[in-house]
Amino acid sequence: MTTRIDTRFAELKSQGRAAFVTYVMAGDPDPATSLEIVKALPKSGADVIELGIPFTDPMADGPSIQAAGLRALKIGMTLKKTLELVRDFRKDDNVTPLVLMGYYNPIYIYGVDKFLADAKTAGVDGLIIVDLPPEEDDELCIPALKAGLNFIRLATPTTDDKRLPAVLANTSGFVYYVSIAGITGAAAADASAVGEAVARIKRHTRLPICVGFGIRTPEAARAIAEKADGSVVGTALVDALKNSLDAEGRATAKTVNAVAELTAALAQGVKGAQQAAE
Amino acid sequence: MNIAKPNSYRSGPDERGHFGIFGGRFVAETLMPLILDLEQAYTAAKADPAFQAEMNGYLKNYVGRPSPLYFAERLTSHLGGAKIYLKREELNHTGSHKVNNVLGQIMLARRMGKKRIIAETGAGQHGVATATLCARFGLECVVYMGAVDVERQQPNVIRMEMLGAKVMPVQSGTRTLKDAMNEALRDWVTNVHNTFYCIGTVAGPHPYPTLVRDFQSVIGNETRAQMHEIEGRLPDSLVACIGGGSNAMGLFHPFLDDPSVEIFGVEAAGHGLTQLHAASIAGGRPGVLHGNRTYLLMDADGQIQDAHSISAGLDYPGIGPEHSWLHEVGRVNYLSATDDEALAAFQLLSKLEGIIPALEPAHAIAKVMELAPKRPRDHLMVVNLSGRGDKDVPQVGDILRGKK
Repeated sequence: MTTRIDTRFAELKSQGRAAFVTYVMAGDPDPATSLEIVKALPKSGADVIELGIPFTDPMADGPSIQAAGLRALKIGMTLKKTLELVRDFRKDDNVTPLVLMGYYNPIYIYGVDKFLADAKTAGVDGLIIVDLPPEEDDELCIPALKAGLNFIRLATPTTDDKRLPAVLANTSGFVYYVSIAGITGAAAADASAVGEAVARIKRHTRLPICVGFGIRTPEAARAIAEKADGSVVGTALVDALKNSLDAEGRATAKTVNAVAELTAALAQGVKGAQQAAE
Repeated sequence: MNIAKPNSYRSGPDERGHFGIFGGRFVAETLMPLILDLEQAYTAAKADPAFQAEMNGYLKNYVGRPSPLYFAERLTSHLGGAKIYLKREELNHTGSHKVNNVLGQIMLARRMGKKRIIAETGAGQHGVATATLCARFGLECVVYMGAVDVERQQPNVIRMEMLGAKVMPVQSGTRTLKDAMNEALRDWVTNVHNTFYCIGTVAGPHPYPTLVRDFQSVIGNETRAQMHEIEGRLPDSLVACIGGGSNAMGLFHPFLDDPSVEIFGVEAAGHGLTQLHAASIAGGRPGVLHGNRTYLLMDADGQIQDAHSISAGLDYPGIGPEHSWLHEVGRVNYLSATDDEALAAFQLLSKLEGIIPALEPAHAIAKVMELAPKRPRDHLMVVNLSGRGDKDVPQVGDILRGKK
C-alpha cells in the first residue's frame, strides 16, 4: 500500500529537501474558516497537513492548542464534522497528505471500524493518536494499518534504544519525533540534540523522521529541517490564528491570511535548509 | 451483554493492566517508560519484606493505624435496622484514608530516587496527605488543584501551604479535579527526569489502579480482623462513597470473594441523575481518559462532560477501572446520593454520633439511612468513614445558613 504520505516523502527526497508539516485544529475558529485555512496551507508551502481533532481534555497540549480545541468545540465541532472537513478539502486537493491528530476517546466513541472506513473515504492518510502507545496497538493501530491508513507514532526523548523497536514496529508513513519532554508550545527544541536523536532513530528505521514541539520561527524550522526529514509547526500557527480573531473569538477578514502568511514564511525557512547528506 | 463470572474477583488485573475491558495504559509515549519503571519498582517492593516492614512501622506510629471499627449505637437505634459499624478512617493522621496510599507511593518514590513529587487533588485530602509525607521525608511537593476547589476547600489549601507544598490553582476546563489531573499529567510529561506522580485514587494508567488499591486494602484487611474479634464473623454488607473510588476499593477488595457480603458503592448524584451530577456508572458509559478505559460522563461525540457534586472529592467524571469491571460483572452494587441527601446525612451523623464526617462519606451515610432500616437487627453493616468534615465546615455552614 502506498499512501499520499509515502508518495510525498519520496518526491521530497528526490528534490533533496525536508518536509514542512503544519498543524491546525479542525473547526477553529469555525468550520467554514477552518476549511479555508486548510485549503490555504498547501498553497502557502505546507507539504503535509496535520489536522487536530478537538478534545475536551488534551493532556499533552499546552494552553494554545487547548484553547483552539475549546473554540472549536464551543462552536459545535465534532469528529464527524472533522471528517466532513477533510472530505470537502479533498474536492480540490487529492495530493497533499492529511493526517488526523488527537486523542483516542472521540474515535473510540465513534466506533473504531466505522471511523476507519469513514476516514479512508473522506481522504485521511494517517493518524497520530497521542494516548495510544504500542502497548495498546490492538485498539486502533493494527485495525488502521489493515484499513490502509498510516499509523504515525510519536518517539520522545524518553524512548530509549531498548524501547525504540517496539515504538517503530507498527509505525508507517513517518516517525514523529517529539523534540522535548513536555507539552506542545512549551520550550524551544535544541537543534543539535535533535540531530543526535534523529541519527539514533535512523539506526532503527528507514522511515522519514519529522520533528515537532517547540518550533515557532522560520529560523528554527530551517535549523530542524537541516537535521531531520521534516519540521512540524503547530502552536505558532494556532497563535497567529487566535491573534486575528475579534474580541468575541470570531474569525475576521484577516484570519485565513494570518495563517497563510506565517505558513509561507515558515515554508521558506524549511526550503532554505541544507539537507545533511545521507 | 452476558459476562462470565470469574472464579475469583481478586485476581485482576492481567499483565497489561486490564480488568475485563477496563484499565490499560492510554498515555503519551513520553510517560510510557516511566510507567514501566514504576511497575517494575512496585513489583520489586512488594516482594521485599523490608519495604512492607518499614511501611507497617509508619502506618502504626505515624498514621496511627489500625483505625477503630466503631459501633454507631445511636445511628443504629435511630435507623432501627442493621447494626452499623463505622470504619474510622477519619481518625488517621491528615484526616482521611488518603494517607494510606500516599505513604506507600512516597516510599516507592524514595526507592526510585525521585526527589520531586506532584499530585492532583479535589477536596484537598490527597493533597494534604501528599504534602504531609513530602514534609516528613524532605521532598519537593507540587499539588495541582482546580481553581473552583481552591475556593471551596480553603482550609486544606492553607494546610498544604503550611506543610511546604506549592499549590497550583488550575484555570483550564471546568477548574475541578479532572482538570487538576490533566495539569498534573502535563507537569509529569515536562519533568519526567526527576518527578514522581503520586495519583490519589484507583485510576490512571496501569499500575496505578492496582498499587493504590493494594495500599488502601489495609482498610478492608483491618475491618475483617476487627469484625471477627468483635462479632466473631464476617460483616453482611459494606458501604463506601466513590469518586475515583480508592476508599471503597480499599474496604471492598479483601471481601470480594466472600459471597455472603453485600457490597454497595455510592456515587455522587449532585443535583439529581437527570441534572448535573458526578455518577459515572449510573449516568456514563465506557470511554478512555487519564490513562485508562472506564465509565465516564461524556456526550455523543466522546467529549468529557462536566461533573457536579457538592463534594469536591467526588466531583470527577470518571471512576477507577476496577469499579467499572465490578459493576459489569455484578459483584458490587453502585448506588448514588444527591447533594441534599449528603447534607442531611452530614448533619445526622454529627448530631447522633458526635462525628462530623467529610461530605464525601456523608454520601455513603445517606445510603446507609436507606439500606439499614430494611435489614434485620443482626445484620452487620460497615460503612467507611473515609474522612473528617473539618474542611467542609465553612462550606456547609454557608449552605445551611443560606437555607435558613
